[in-house]
Amino acid sequence: MPIILDHVTYKYSTGTAYEKTALSDVCLTIPDGQFIGIIGHTGSGKSTLVQHLNGLLKATEGTIYYNGKDIYDKTFDMKDLRTQVGMVFQYPEHQLFETTVFEDVSFGPKNQGLPKKDVDLRAYEALSSVGIPQEVCDSSPFELSGGQKRRVAIAGVLAMKPAVLILDEPTAGLDPKGRDEILDLIQETHRRSGNTVILVSHSMEDVASYVDRIIVMDGGKVKYDDTPKEVFKSYKELEEIGLAAPQVTYLMKELKEAGWPVKSSVTTVSEARDEIIKALKK
Amino acid sequence: MLRDITIGQYYPADSKIHSLDPRVKLLATLVYIISLFMVDDVFSLLFISVALAAVIVTSKVPFTYIMRGLHSIIILLIFAAAFNIFLTPGIPIFTIWKLNVTKEGIKSAAVMMIRMIYLIAGTSLMTLTTTPNALTDGLEKSLSPLNKINVPVHEIAMMMSIALRFIPILIEETDKIMKAQMARGADFESGSIIKKAKNMVPLLVPLFVSAFRRANDLAMAMEARCYHGGEGRTKMKPLKYQKGDAVAYVLLAAYLAGVIIIKIVTNSIL
Repeated sequence: MPIILDHVTYKYSTGTAYEKTALSDVCLTIPDGQFIGIIGHTGSGKSTLVQHLNGLLKATEGTIYYNGKDIYDKTFDMKDLRTQVGMVFQYPEHQLFETTVFEDVSFGPKNQGLPKKDVDLRAYEALSSVGIPQEVCDSSPFELSGGQKRRVAIAGVLAMKPAVLILDEPTAGLDPKGRDEILDLIQETHRRSGNTVILVSHSMEDVASYVDRIIVMDGGKVKYDDTPKEVFKSYKELEEIGLAAPQVTYLMKELKEAGWPVKSSVTTVSEARDEIIKALKK
Repeated sequence: MLRDITIGQYYPADSKIHSLDPRVKLLATLVYIISLFMVDDVFSLLFISVALAAVIVTSKVPFTYIMRGLHSIIILLIFAAAFNIFLTPGIPIFTIWKLNVTKEGIKSAAVMMIRMIYLIAGTSLMTLTTTPNALTDGLEKSLSPLNKINVPVHEIAMMMSIALRFIPILIEETDKIMKAQMARGADFESGSIIKKAKNMVPLLVPLFVSAFRRANDLAMAMEARCYHGGEGRTKMKPLKYQKGDAVAYVLLAAYLAGVIIIKIVTNSIL
């Protein structure tokens, strides 16, 4: 289900002293099955942008088409859109509320109006896919550790089987191990179900090693929209807007400048490893 | 959606009213409220209207902003006016069904409506031109004599400023949680009252949890910075009267004198 943003502008607190343009004239096409990373400095409008994709925020100007239909049309079923475009917010563990982990994960599918059996099946499936052991399912979500809470909250969205999965900084505040686990889990679901994944982040390392396309936001506008390799080529411009290329890209550039025969457009550690081994063998 | 709530909202502007000491504004608001309930004749109300208009103009706060506070009391206003018009005994002007509309009724309804509108306008003007912090500072300083009779003035002021500080944070948090649950298909708008109340659970539980978490964090942070109550505590920006404040006090005294004189004169004529 492709999503098209057509000249979308969004202003906060319109008509008051605090009016602020958060998005200005954004045009994007999000085709099926892509793994997209949205990066940008704090306040660049990346979170505002993704909240438009499932209709939680309504554009001040411009419109959004989901599957060829205008989502601001009066006859458009917003609830249906929200079940198709799943959204995991920042610190999603703060939204947990049920008495048991299992009940909490069932909340989404239950709202979709599925029969009880399907709801249970989906909840189990989602919980096992995020690696929550069965014996935890009946305990209170508030008893879990931070990383487990986060995984339960992500399972709550995965259980709705969204065609498009949006994650807003899913790794914020996690340790390196927890971060890799979450990202691997997202990639795994993406590979298995072929859904579209949109990952909002400000960690270049996270984004570079997982996504096929990067959208760089700056001051409410789309600054770059390309593959990681292409985007990180302009690392100087990225630095100007408070971002940077992954550390390995810098390393490879310095190696190249020092005379080693390596490619400098490398963005992930494993690629860098292969390049260096190749250079050493020569 | 919840960003539009305007309780105690500050309107930033560079005006003479904004730069006044909060103690002046607190006292002025008190005097103003008392004067509103002292008078009920046309001349006094005219005088108060002129004074209010002058303050609104100097404050540079847009008129629509001040009147926004009235939205919440419109129903109350209508009810109170209706009761006053129909149920005040006196000389009947005309009768609708069994209800007499009296001259006294119309007059008391008009006076009461003007009072309520002016009350809201005056008090919103104070909160619009004073930051919550300045307001609690002013309150703490004005009430400090009560310390002598063991009223914990500092603690009360601190609680007030924390409470005020938490309003926007909790509103933002509510907004965020609402969105998160709506993304999971929660519905906060439709259904019967009981259903609506039930649907609030996914919002209220996380909100309470987060409020407690934040309160805990704040208490920790305060203790880590050696907060131990008001005793011996100094201020980074102690309140000091400026020239403008003296002028404001003089004007305030003149206003009060004006109201009293007009009251006495009209009473002796009528």
